[in-house]
Amino acid sequence: MDVIVTGLLLGGLYALVAMGLNLQYGMARIMNLANGEMLVAGGFAAFWFYTAAQVSPLLTVFIVAPVAFVLNWLIYVVFLRPLVARAKSRGQLEVDSILTTFGLSFVAVGLMLAVFGGDYFSYSYLSFPVSLLGDTYGANRIVAFCAAVVICGALWLWLTQSRAGLSIRAISVAPASARLVGIDVRRLAALSFALGGTVTATGGALISTFVTLDASTGVLFTLKALVIVIMGGVGDVRGTIVAALLLGLLETFVASVIDPGLTLAAAYLLFVLILLVRPQGLFGRAQT
Amino acid sequence: MRLTNRDWNALGLSALLIAVVCCLPFLTQGYWLSIGVTIAMYAVLATSWALFSGPTHYISLATAAFFGVGTYTVGYGIEVLPYWTLLPIAGVLGAVLAALAGLATLRLSGVYFVIFTLGLAEFIRQIITWVQNLTGQRGIYVLTSITESHIYWQLVGLAALVFLTGWLIGRSRLGFALRIIGDDEEVARHSGIHTARAKVLLFMVPGAAAAIAGAILAPRYVYIEPMLAFTPMLSFQVVIMALLGGTGRLWGPLVGVIPFTIIWEAISASFPNQTTLLLGVSFLVIVYLLPRGFVGLIEDTRHRGREAQA
Amino acid sequence: MRAQSPVLALRGVTKRFGGLVAVNAMDFDVAEHEVLGLIGPNGSGKSTTLNLISGALHPTAGTISLRGTPITELPAQDIARRGISRTFQLVRLLPSMTVAENVMAGAVFGHRRRWGGEATAHAEAMLERVGLARRGHLRVGQLTYIDTKRVELARVLASDPKVLLLDEWLAGLNPTELEEGIALIRSLRDEGRTVILVEHVMDAIRSLCDRCVVMASGTKIAEGGVSDVLSDPEVIRAYLGDEDA
Repeated sequence: MDVIVTGLLLGGLYALVAMGLNLQYGMARIMNLANGEMLVAGGFAAFWFYTAAQVSPLLTVFIVAPVAFVLNWLIYVVFLRPLVARAKSRGQLEVDSILTTFGLSFVAVGLMLAVFGGDYFSYSYLSFPVSLLGDTYGANRIVAFCAAVVICGALWLWLTQSRAGLSIRAISVAPASARLVGIDVRRLAALSFALGGTVTATGGALISTFVTLDASTGVLFTLKALVIVIMGGVGDVRGTIVAALLLGLLETFVASVIDPGLTLAAAYLLFVLILLVRPQGLFGRAQT
Repeated sequence: MRLTNRDWNALGLSALLIAVVCCLPFLTQGYWLSIGVTIAMYAVLATSWALFSGPTHYISLATAAFFGVGTYTVGYGIEVLPYWTLLPIAGVLGAVLAALAGLATLRLSGVYFVIFTLGLAEFIRQIITWVQNLTGQRGIYVLTSITESHIYWQLVGLAALVFLTGWLIGRSRLGFALRIIGDDEEVARHSGIHTARAKVLLFMVPGAAAAIAGAILAPRYVYIEPMLAFTPMLSFQVVIMALLGGTGRLWGPLVGVIPFTIIWEAISASFPNQTTLLLGVSFLVIVYLLPRGFVGLIEDTRHRGREAQA
Repeated sequence: MRAQSPVLALRGVTKRFGGLVAVNAMDFDVAEHEVLGLIGPNGSGKSTTLNLISGALHPTAGTISLRGTPITELPAQDIARRGISRTFQLVRLLPSMTVAENVMAGAVFGHRRRWGGEATAHAEAMLERVGLARRGHLRVGQLTYIDTKRVELARVLASDPKVLLLDEWLAGLNPTELEEGIALIRSLRDEGRTVILVEHVMDAIRSLCDRCVVMASGTKIAEGGVSDVLSDPEVIRAYLGDEDA
């Protein structure tokens, strides 16, 4: 029981982070391998505001979100749009964007190392125990999970109900036809990239309340988010959430039953299994 | 195919160059020899990486995984088997691992392949660490009488072998098949090329080469631990060096390896915290300024020179 | 017995994409030395049928057999090796290679495999066959449109295929080129090659094909001699209906 609840709490945050990556990969068609660094940067911001001015991470989110949005929008326009424009094929864009986002990821790690140093950072926010279903959990985990649920819900509503959200989903399904019905693909791709980064950074701020981060942990989160996106299906919101909860459960189970050092290995095995059995994702239809 | 005069000249020149390169330990020991070892190592890794990634456009980050497997083959095997038998065993293990990885992912899109290979090193590292924790062991000692000069010669020999393999592949049906795959995979398939098999076969080359390189370097480390043998940085550095040089020619990666190693050593000596930033900037430079690497730059300059003459 | 057995046979071949039935229960045979026209309005499933035969796609149901051996589930490369070779609706050449190397791709890996001097000589012979003698050194980018089509045809011929699939090989040619193109395919016919021709150009079909299969909305609506088929009221309706829309 304990494992299940902890796993679900962790999975909720993974869902938020992976949703960010999925917006970028599914809609903007950029596999952003610097996604994890955006998460760490969000965590840094929360840490910094909390230790310097005692600002609650739940409020920091409102500062992190707009800054991350602008930053990611700039990254898309400055670095990625030229690649989209010059790419002769999907394959070439893929290679270019993999290399570029790896480059950006290393630059981000380098900058964060220069600013914050290589130390682990953690702070204690709401770290008193709360009793739930007969077991106790950190209040920070529960609060972060609730915040993640709210944000995920808002995002889902926006994607399914609003005009812009609908257009974004149209792009993910059929970019060429979306253009024909008058959707400004160029602008919306930038929008979903920026939005994806924002969601991830917000997730980072929330995760930092109970997970210890350091400047170079980003890549681990990128890997996990990728596993979730691929498992859940590219561009599939529902699949992302289910996959994230599964991964949260699996990791918590492996960490408590086998060895905490094996969480990434477990995520990786899951990824390989998905590749071999259902490369189209949990809910994806087989490609013909 | 028969060898032309030009082929003989190229082979002769290469043999001469290798002989000259082999003289380094007689001229200097210490710092420059250790740079020589690093360059020879990256020459092996980057050249074999480019053999696969050049024509297929798949970016492999599995170098660290293969390398670590080789290092650990020596680490665990040195007590039981003579050193010389461990190198081919490492090569076989690396090739088998590459074949398995290839079978699992090479039919899928490039992004999946990148993630798969990046995770592979981390996966093996966590498993080894876990096993060592269970047995209460931290690392393994590799104590041999092998000197830095021996390591250098072995690596140069391995590099020569990689070049020879690349050259032979380039002249073979496999090489021709790969050029076609690189141009248009659909046409390749419809021309009767078994594209998946060709890619898996080719991926075994960097797998074996990196594992043997890891095995050769194991005695240099003396004490092996998972973090050292499977460092992910190695994979990224190899990608950068190969792309910086250019994957369009067999000698391309070498043109990237030499300057990058020297710059890298200089920067990590004076600004050890800025290496990550340097790595990032190098990636961006490659994508935006040197998409075909130094090879592309050289060929463009030559082309322009020829046009100016005409 | 052997003379009667068809080279290629399709039985109940069906292809669905989600809810759309692109090819519906196609049945037809192609005999040795026959030039079969596969015609029909746009979107009637001709190219999909060709893709199913060449292994680019796999049918949802039905069987395809080559000289009695089923090839339905084989991947494209195995089908190519067994002797079915195709051109593409939009010409696909290998841009980084010379004309001769493009043709060699067929000679080296196709149905009959050659290597070295034999492959080079064979590629040169195929280039001569399609009217591109001594042009092997050219880059693909330097070719005119019809010449790119010739190179693709030479690549296909270089593998010595038992069955040739030509997907709108004559489309997009100007009147002079069209005449040359028809003459070239006629010369293949005179060599006794087995060909499936997906075409829109009616003149070409009349002068080149022994028989025709007509498709509309994924289904075979007529099969038989060219003039019979083209005067079939249902075929006329399918075509006119298409043009009205």
